Amino acid sequence: MITTLEEKPHVPAAPRKRKVPGWAVGVLGVAGAIVLLSVTSYQTGFLQLTSSGTTQTAVRLALPILLAGLGGLWSERAGVVNIGLEGMMIMGTWGAAWAGYQWGPWAAVIAAVVFGALGGLLHAIATVSFGVNHIVSGVAINLLGAGLTKYLSTLIFQPLSHNPRQSPPVQPFETYSAAGLADWLGELEQGQRLIISDVAGILRGLVTGVSPLTMLTILLVPLSYYLLWRTRFGLRLRSVGENPHAADSLGVKVYFHKYVAVIVSGALAGLGGAALVLNAGQLSYLEGQTGGRGFIGLAAMIFGNWRPGGLLGGAALFGYADGLQLRSGGETVLALVYGVVLLLGVIVVWQLIRRRWFSAAAAIVVAVVLYLLYISLDEIPSEFVAYAPHMVTLAVLAVASQRLRMPAADGVVYRRG
Amino acid sequence: MGNLRGKLLPPALAIVFSMLLCGVALVISGANPLRAFGAMVTQVGKGTTLVDIINSSGIYYIAALAVAIGFQMNLFNIGVEGQYRVAAVVAAVVGGSIALPPGVHTLVIIIVGALAGAAWAAIPAILKVTRGVNEVISTIMMNGLAIGFSAYLIRRDVFGELRGNNIRTPEIPESGWMPGISFGGSGTMFGFLFVAVALGIGYWIMMNRTRFGFELRASGESSTAASAGGVNAKKMVLVSMLLSGAIAGLIGLPEMLGRDHTFSLNFSAGVGFSGIAIALLGRNHPGGIAFGALLWAFLDKSGLALDNVGVPREIVTIMQGSIVLSVVVAYEVVRRVELAAEQRRVGRELGTVGGAA
Repeated sequence: MITTLEEKPHVPAAPRKRKVPGWAVGVLGVAGAIVLLSVTSYQTGFLQLTSSGTTQTAVRLALPILLAGLGGLWSERAGVVNIGLEGMMIMGTWGAAWAGYQWGPWAAVIAAVVFGALGGLLHAIATVSFGVNHIVSGVAINLLGAGLTKYLSTLIFQPLSHNPRQSPPVQPFETYSAAGLADWLGELEQGQRLIISDVAGILRGLVTGVSPLTMLTILLVPLSYYLLWRTRFGLRLRSVGENPHAADSLGVKVYFHKYVAVIVSGALAGLGGAALVLNAGQLSYLEGQTGGRGFIGLAAMIFGNWRPGGLLGGAALFGYADGLQLRSGGETVLALVYGVVLLLGVIVVWQLIRRRWFSAAAAIVVAVVLYLLYISLDEIPSEFVAYAPHMVTLAVLAVASQRLRMPAADGVVYRRG
Repeated sequence: MGNLRGKLLPPALAIVFSMLLCGVALVISGANPLRAFGAMVTQVGKGTTLVDIINSSGIYYIAALAVAIGFQMNLFNIGVEGQYRVAAVVAAVVGGSIALPPGVHTLVIIIVGALAGAAWAAIPAILKVTRGVNEVISTIMMNGLAIGFSAYLIRRDVFGELRGNNIRTPEIPESGWMPGISFGGSGTMFGFLFVAVALGIGYWIMMNRTRFGFELRASGESSTAASAGGVNAKKMVLVSMLLSGAIAGLIGLPEMLGRDHTFSLNFSAGVGFSGIAIALLGRNHPGGIAFGALLWAFLDKSGLALDNVGVPREIVTIMQGSIVLSVVVAYEVVRRVELAAEQRRVGRELGTVGGAA
């Protein structure tokens, strides 16, 4: 079977042995990714691949995706499919801008959370209480969110900014940098030594210009993991997503847990909207600003197999591709294709060791095609780079859909009875 | 509850509820709702509004039919949006680069559009049939890719050209146009509307008078029962998805063949999502969809009048959104009430039978 292609970030951890704990897979994955990027940038001469600037942009762009993905995780773990994340995120951007220009960034964060949570509440009422199909309700909430914010911004923002599609500027968060550390890392980065300089560049990007929102978001990943997998509440919430009837018969309040999950989901998506508004490049509400990021967050969650760690990996990957394109353009992204070819090379060797001839052959074919693409093109058209997450998600789904495991009762309408 | 009443009550309730909701919103924002609604109704008689409404509802009608084919068997083709976008670009590029006699040229453009839409829909269909990939996720991803793909195709170094400030595909020669019905100062009705009507009739015949339509509806009612009855589920998914994509491929054509004769950056977006809403409103019935499409187009075009009375016209988008959400809730509530009534009735009859025995 061609099942191993999905293991992109964590090369050495591919075997089926589930003895390897999750955190070790993550550490190995990160290490593998850094080595891969480092070798790629060394081979192709594109040092931007691991520069601190790229990392910083990547973090900024990954935040909204990560938050939307976490939103999807909460809701789907309780068995409610939430494609209304996009609409909730739009409501979050409006709320953040509305509170942000009046009372500052912390108010923006709170308002975004409240607005997103309201969207979540609506989704919960429709899907949980009234048993409306989850997809249908999500589509309706996306329409409603877009309409509501357009109306409200024409009504409230236009007199102030003289543009119905934009809010007045929002006050940003103060950002923090670990000054001494960053300088030392900067020196290392300038050193141009294989791997050491690359690690230094990436770390420097991570410790420079960090806003409280970034820290909060990063903390939300382990927090979600802890709440959902290590507490009684989380166990009940997930049991509702796996088998609501069994959960009900054991006395779990199914409706209550679904409501909480979907409202938290909306709040997280709204927070993702705040991350967009408080982004250093924009600092205001702009119509169409979310640009499908709610959907990409959903894609990151699927990429991560409905788990917080994998979701973090997916968001990092998508944010990284986006940031690379934004900072250095299409030819650098083409260098990434070279990196994927290297990765496939490793996979081929691995498959040959494991005597999986068919998947090795498939990996060789894909690698050859990508390599031909790499040498025949000058750059990846910018039109496509923005949609790299979409392509990666389709590829992951096509290759690994049998191995992904979503909550068993995900998307199933449950009725108490 | 009567059958007809069960069908008509939910949409009526939803519309009234949404009007009330928007009325309250207008009052809060300091406007007079009656004046706003009045302005919308009187706008219909002004200028080209009526013809615009009919033209626009034709487009929505095709979009909703495309969505409804999938919905009939619980297949959520969220990708109509992307399918019509890609199909429109491909049709415009092909139509602008070939020379054929009038009529044939138009027909070729239509066929190319349908094929391109079906091809774009084929990817999620094949993924679903061979790999079991959920069509909702894959079509959402295909929608994103469609935006990138169409933007790439109209780049100046690919197929596009710069005209004024706008990048667009080469203009389709006159032999490829589709003549409309002119009403002088009141506008021109797209000739493609007749195709839309024909599609509606064809859809009704297919659903109610053919074996395929029966199998489609059976799969929607109960996929297990249908497959026990010999319906090939994979074939149904593939065929209905391709059919849905082919019809989606026609959505962009009324405007392109009747007015724009090109695909440009300001091509109307979002029709696919409106189509989902209208299909839900019309319960996948060709008549209901026609009503929904007219309502949507009325809200869109008459909403322009709201700017004159000092109300942001985006209120109609809120109204559209709340209509969809409340109509699905209303259908669900009515269904539950009917189910409960049915259970009581059966219970009563069984009770009397039991009592007599």
